[in-house]
Amino acid sequence: MDRTRAPTPRRGCRCTNAKSKDDRSAHRCYDRIAPTNLNKDAGRLMGFLAATGRAFLIFLEATGRLALFTGSALSHCVRPPLYPRQILRQMIDIGYYSLPVVGLTALFTGMVLALQSYSGFSRFQAEGAIATVVVLSVTRELGPVLAGLMVAGRIGAAMAAEIGTMRVTEQIDALSTLSTNPHKYLVAPRLIAGLTMLPLLVIVADVIGVFGGFLVGVYRLDFNAASYINRTWEFLQPVDVISGLVKAAIFGFLIALMGCYHGYHSKGGAQGVGAATTNAVVSASILILVWNYLITGIFFSTK
Amino acid sequence: MTDPKIALPKIALKGVRKQFGPKKVLNGIDLEVGKGESLVVIGGSGTGKSVMLKCILGLLAPDAGSIMVDGVETTKLRTREREKLLHKFGMLFQGAALFDSLKVWENVAFGLIQGEHMPRAQAKEIAIAKLGAVGLSPDVAELSPAELSGGMQKRVGLARAIADEPEIIFFDEPTTGLDPIMADVINELIVQCVKDLGATAVTITHDMASARKIADRVAMIYEGRIIWTGHAGDIDHSGNAHVDQFVHGRAEGPIKMQVRAL
Repeated sequence: MDRTRAPTPRRGCRCTNAKSKDDRSAHRCYDRIAPTNLNKDAGRLMGFLAATGRAFLIFLEATGRLALFTGSALSHCVRPPLYPRQILRQMIDIGYYSLPVVGLTALFTGMVLALQSYSGFSRFQAEGAIATVVVLSVTRELGPVLAGLMVAGRIGAAMAAEIGTMRVTEQIDALSTLSTNPHKYLVAPRLIAGLTMLPLLVIVADVIGVFGGFLVGVYRLDFNAASYINRTWEFLQPVDVISGLVKAAIFGFLIALMGCYHGYHSKGGAQGVGAATTNAVVSASILILVWNYLITGIFFSTK
Repeated sequence: MTDPKIALPKIALKGVRKQFGPKKVLNGIDLEVGKGESLVVIGGSGTGKSVMLKCILGLLAPDAGSIMVDGVETTKLRTREREKLLHKFGMLFQGAALFDSLKVWENVAFGLIQGEHMPRAQAKEIAIAKLGAVGLSPDVAELSPAELSGGMQKRVGLARAIADEPEIIFFDEPTTGLDPIMADVINELIVQCVKDLGATAVTITHDMASARKIADRVAMIYEGRIIWTGHAGDIDHSGNAHVDQFVHGRAEGPIKMQVRAL
């Protein structure tokens, strides 16, 4: 930005892009400040403020765009016609093909949890609590969070890449010209599949995770199998599992939303699609961690 | 405009403007396309040809101006009404834009199955017939788009554009990236399909051979404005220096290319 330019006498937006009064209110402009005879420090301060404001406006714009996108996509999830073939395809992609990776993650998480808590808890003679610790940690936290993160890497990236490629090769425009709403055809099935499949995946992950703990407990740490299972059930409450499944549903929704949103708004060629993929995975992962805290707070905070 | 003596234009653009950031792409487009007419819009790369088509289709919202289709203002339409309007349109995209997750026949039948809820078996029959109309054999129908050559993809794209018998068809650089013979085949197909359907066609291209073959009328777009329109036969004596330079493909003339010597 040229800060030595003489100030224009107009009020409101002073940017040179605005030619007329109407234009000024209509066009988007983040360069609202064109200071001149101010001394250097003030100029630097203004520059800093301008940059901050610009970043903030861009942030608001992105938030608004995401909110509109989410609203539109959600409304298409409940308004017919739905596309059963697309929903089924996405469900198989998300639910069935993620089983191996989620199962392995859960198995080793359960195993390491048993091992860790044994070495930790034996310091104060609480080894008996291991089964309970494993089942509570897995159902409440680690099942949904780790499954969510793994699926974010697997599915979020794939969605962003697929939809992004469709965007840059004009396939999304082609959908519109064939009287098919892209939000309904591409986004809604993925959201529905994410929302429904993640809880199912997490049920499997819970079982496998507890089983991993059981394996280590019984075969490595010499617990009695029957008493380990008893201890697993003893303190488990429905809310532990239910809270995990609610988390999973929300994580599934967030993964699909981020994948679709970033893919849908990707621009440029291969580089744009690559950036969209990265953004989808990173933003989904961060949102999972943030929402994990929020939902835990809603379910379990006593204060 | 509502003079009953003049037939209502199929598409009418008035003062259409569109800008991306500081870049003004469309700078007040005025254009009319008559019913059943084949209009070819010529112009260099980056002069706003594609943006104009996307504005008419509603894929992009123009900043100002009016776009009428069959006398109905389309710039303020709601999503549902827009979807209904798009039934009138077919479009052949520059890169064909076939859905690569679907088979060739599913691509051609897409508008019939999703847009008009036709049973799949019936839609498949129509799709194979349309593939025949663009000179492709039925065994191509089961292939995936990635297995086809560029020329064949264009033909499939054309079959898809005409599958649900639209009233208006847009062709976005139909011959770009094809060898001269295949380009001529595509041109022939376009002329044939448009004639068979009695459709209104708008083609954007910078291939003059293609323009001469397809066009009833030619319009030239330059710096976001229509600077000349006339009959296809008048294109060689347009009396417009810009058009003349473009038609004859000369580097020297009023149109300056942004090139810098190294």
